Amino acid sequence: MYAFEIERPSTIADAVAALQAEDAQALSGGQTLIPTLKARLAMPSALISLSGIGEMQGLCMSDDGALCIGGGTTHATVASEAAAHYPALAAMASHIGDPAVRNRGTIGGSLANNDPSACYPAGALGSGATIITNAREIAADDFFDGMFTTVLDEGELITEVRLPIPQAANYQKFVQPASRFALVGVFVAKYADGVRVAVTGASEEGVFRWSEAEAALSADFSASALDGLSVPADGMIADLHGSAAYRAHLVGVMTGRAVAAAS
Amino acid sequence: MTSVSMTVNGRSVSKEVEGRTLLVDFLRNDMRLTGTHVGCDTSQCGACVVHVDGRAVKACAMFAIEADGAEVGTIEGQANADGSLNVIQQAFQDHHGLQCGFCTPGMVMSTVALLKDNPKPTEAEVRDYLEGNLCRCTGYHNIVKAIMAASGQDVSSIAAE
Repeated sequence: MYAFEIERPSTIADAVAALQAEDAQALSGGQTLIPTLKARLAMPSALISLSGIGEMQGLCMSDDGALCIGGGTTHATVASEAAAHYPALAAMASHIGDPAVRNRGTIGGSLANNDPSACYPAGALGSGATIITNAREIAADDFFDGMFTTVLDEGELITEVRLPIPQAANYQKFVQPASRFALVGVFVAKYADGVRVAVTGASEEGVFRWSEAEAALSADFSASALDGLSVPADGMIADLHGSAAYRAHLVGVMTGRAVAAAS
Repeated sequence: MTSVSMTVNGRSVSKEVEGRTLLVDFLRNDMRLTGTHVGCDTSQCGACVVHVDGRAVKACAMFAIEADGAEVGTIEGQANADGSLNVIQQAFQDHHGLQCGFCTPGMVMSTVALLKDNPKPTEAEVRDYLEGNLCRCTGYHNIVKAIMAASGQDVSSIAAE
């Protein structure tokens, strides 16, 4: 690692102020950022650790029935505390990485990083979540902006994620066994006004909604409603773990499994 | 340099560290607690698992300053008060749950965390929980067996010696 200063503020306001410094970088759970720093792929002047900010921790239910999760909440906490409110999301969180990673990695860090194979982007997009920052509220539909890119400004922090609770939902991950990331992951959520299908791990553009499947499932929420539907292999990730055509095929398979398992 | 204070295996410690000091380096270099191992240094292998406020974490993927004010537990704090091996350590010895032993500190620390949450895990739950602990000798069968035995379960039907 290159040398840097590290600060550990205890309020969002102090963290935002500290992030004004040139080349300062927010550090949440660090499960991606720390390996990145070790590989000397990043050279921040200062790291602003968010782990000491109590107001970014924990879960609650909003008055309008949405699940609110503080941006600094770990996957392990979501896995245990969201189970009673949003079991599909809790189950998704409980299979990210491994237990030790889940005790550090956070929802805000995962969404801000927008890894094209991460689970949370699918959970947030599939739930039609609202990403709340220190400056504004951003609809998940507007938040993701291509692989490892979001619309977040420099120094902008995800303080909270608000997820409407669906009538039924499920996440199916085809695990890449070495990294434990999704080779393809599909989050399906059925709301009163329609079904949302969000796909991670597949596209070179990162997480995306499969609109044809959404239309078919909104009309008939059953795996057979997907018969004959497929996503084109164009633009799918191709690597030694799976070709573009393989990933495109998996999108259909995992969507069907998610619908069948949704409850 | 930044000041960091924490409790390590029940002992209060305070040091000046560089910002980039990883918790695992703090434990090994500053505390001279070299039982916590660095295997891959890329947060894959779990040889560096320690407990921070009772939760298993990979000490190579956390900065020392982030443990400021925390209670940190390492393999050196696991033996019984009289110096004898604790139940989990003894089970690893009894069931030959190690070959070269390099991964063992992380395996034991993960096991302590597992059994705290789930005192009688199934074999599948043990294997699932150990997803982030790699044994390069591939000695998994006996590791799983040791953990099942440490949780007080009958291991006579588990395959492989």
